[in-house]
Amino acid sequence: MMHQFELETAKNPEDLRRIVIEPVSRVEGHGKVTILLDDDNKVHQVRLHIVEFRGFEKFIEGRPFWEVPVLVQRLCGICPVSHHLAASKAMDMIVGGGVLTPTAEKIRRLMHYGQMLQSHALHFFHLSSPDLLFGFDSDVAKRNIVGVAAANPDVAKKGVLLRKFGQEVIRVTSGKRVHGTGSIPGGVNKALTPEERDYLLKDADQMVAWSRDAVRIIKQLHCQNPALYDTFGNVPATMMSLVAPDGTMDFYHGALRARDQSGEIMFDQVSYQGYNTLLTEGVKPWSYMKFPYITNLGDEKGWYKVGPLARVQNCDSIPTPLAEEERKEFIAHGDGKPMHGSLGFHWARMIEMLCAAETIKSLLLDPDVLGKDLMVSGPRAYEGIGVIEAPRGTLFHHYRVDDDDLVTYANLIVSTTNNNTAMNVAVRDVAKKYLNGNEVTEGLLNHIEVAIRCFDPCLSCATHAIGKMPLEVSLVDAKGTVIDCLTKDESGAMRKGMA
Amino acid sequence: MSNGQDTKTFFLDDDEIPFEEGQTIIQAALTAGKYIPHLCYHPEFKPHGSCKLCTVRIDSRTVATEDGQTVKIPGRAAASCTTPAQAGQHVESEVPELLDLRRTLVQMLLVEGNHYCPSCEKSGKCMLQGLAYDLGVMSPHFPQYFSKREVDATHPDILLDFNRCILCELCVRASAEVDKKGVFSLSGRGNTKHLICNSESGELGDTNLAATDKAANVCPVGVILHKRHGFEVPYGQRRFDTAPISDNAVQYAPVKEQV
Repeated sequence: MMHQFELETAKNPEDLRRIVIEPVSRVEGHGKVTILLDDDNKVHQVRLHIVEFRGFEKFIEGRPFWEVPVLVQRLCGICPVSHHLAASKAMDMIVGGGVLTPTAEKIRRLMHYGQMLQSHALHFFHLSSPDLLFGFDSDVAKRNIVGVAAANPDVAKKGVLLRKFGQEVIRVTSGKRVHGTGSIPGGVNKALTPEERDYLLKDADQMVAWSRDAVRIIKQLHCQNPALYDTFGNVPATMMSLVAPDGTMDFYHGALRARDQSGEIMFDQVSYQGYNTLLTEGVKPWSYMKFPYITNLGDEKGWYKVGPLARVQNCDSIPTPLAEEERKEFIAHGDGKPMHGSLGFHWARMIEMLCAAETIKSLLLDPDVLGKDLMVSGPRAYEGIGVIEAPRGTLFHHYRVDDDDLVTYANLIVSTTNNNTAMNVAVRDVAKKYLNGNEVTEGLLNHIEVAIRCFDPCLSCATHAIGKMPLEVSLVDAKGTVIDCLTKDESGAMRKGMA
Repeated sequence: MSNGQDTKTFFLDDDEIPFEEGQTIIQAALTAGKYIPHLCYHPEFKPHGSCKLCTVRIDSRTVATEDGQTVKIPGRAAASCTTPAQAGQHVESEVPELLDLRRTLVQMLLVEGNHYCPSCEKSGKCMLQGLAYDLGVMSPHFPQYFSKREVDATHPDILLDFNRCILCELCVRASAEVDKKGVFSLSGRGNTKHLICNSESGELGDTNLAATDKAANVCPVGVILHKRHGFEVPYGQRRFDTAPISDNAVQYAPVKEQV
């Protein structure tokens, strides 16, 4: 049995009133929040449940390995490039292509930073800006991107065009805006033509400028209301991400670093090849999403957060000048302490978007992206692990391949899965502070959703384990009476009959 | 019919098509640059007539009734890949009735196998997918079979993904007629019919198939795949990205000397 956190499980659920937020809106995928309250509206239990099930880990088994980077990206429509590239990195190892040609690596980086730009723009402008610009309990009818477009057409336009540019970078490098095929085991299938490079380059400066404007918007919101922005959805947690060998921010490749909640480095430059001993994936009976934690800290203290807020505070610096300037200001805002308020994710996310825009420009100016040397190969291997910093955080892909070239094992720890405990802690913090003792209104419930949105969760990405999740199947007669029950617990043991 | 220079012709829809003695309707049509949809036809192999995509109507007639109305009497339906061209024939192909039937046939093929184009290496080069686009297939229409089929990965260079087999027998004919090896055959009847490999174990790895064999390079869908190669051709450069199948197929038309 995993550790039970405060407000995770009520002692007497049958005596409590149940409120359900379903579906959680303006996030990718389907999730719900259940809140158990007593007669005085005191909160006793809050859970973020991931109610959909995808199962990619299982049906990848038995497929040829070269198909995986294209197949597995279909588990997401927002950040497929992350899965495409993480799987490609794993399969690079299988084909002995651990070190790519400069052209191949830069084309992959271009694709990835294009995705970072489009995904962050989508999240900030389309999904979260309505809360931030209008207020968490503003008129629900206007609290959406259409409302933003009506009230702040310039902001909405920049959001749409930033995302469009990111998608164009993906299209040019992978063939399609969504679910392309550019990256293949050992390299890429195309470089840029001079015409494609010039087509993207003509808008690159504008994208850098607009990304900088977006950082200013969120920075201003933080500075105007630090009491809210610095503390809302407070999740003091370990922060984990990849960093480059010199400690700088790198979304495509690096080694793992973690800082504790006070900002001290816990481990650094740990190869992700040992992820499965470094991390343990816990399961709980009420969610299809796993709960990973740092093994040697245990499930009570070993949970962590990933994504923009972790990355920006984990790295020593950002390699692009404007984003680095903004990072320094962000760190200064924390006055020497890490920022753990969940709204800090938005600020960090926009700094990353600026970094992505600057990086895209510098890659486009690099002659290697026009190169002809696209593929490498080497000694065949039977196991590959690929890790990447996806828009939502660290993404792990792990495969084993047999002599016949078929996948025999797949394990994914998706960015959102890493944040599972952190998201639950955030919604409990918000429920305790805002709901406790108050009459529940739509605006108050939206506070819960705002906390979840900070993490930009992709719930559809995150639910793949099959055969590992606790399940309960109930047989119900026509009158709704449960007449039989089959239960599988966390250990996989089956139990038939009513509890 | 003669065009006056002793060249025999027939009519395909509104076009007069010349043909040489012994040519089938589809051979003559493709030689003349006119496309008739097909899957199991290949100019290098004996006609097979199994997929029925190339079905045409021959010599439909319009008759006047006593009350002055006209009624169309449908002509004979025939597979154009196995039917010899004859002078003066009126052959219908691009007509709504036949296009609907072809669309239905493609839909049935799509639901009978497990054709997941998004992750298939043959996407963009697949004749079934190309035909579906060309015929305007917008949905499967029929319930999916979700057939349970295995992958045979025992051969060092070639993978067989039976999920996508449309039983066209191109590989069977290529192996028998060109490679002279007889690696493939069909077994079973009705909806249990399936592709098998000619080895004691039944596995491809125990056959003498070589990656350079015609049979290893003729699959119109994504069954016979070369291992460790996938998605190497970028979007926009795949066979049917540049021209639809109706244009592509004409490239494979038999030239007169081959007939």
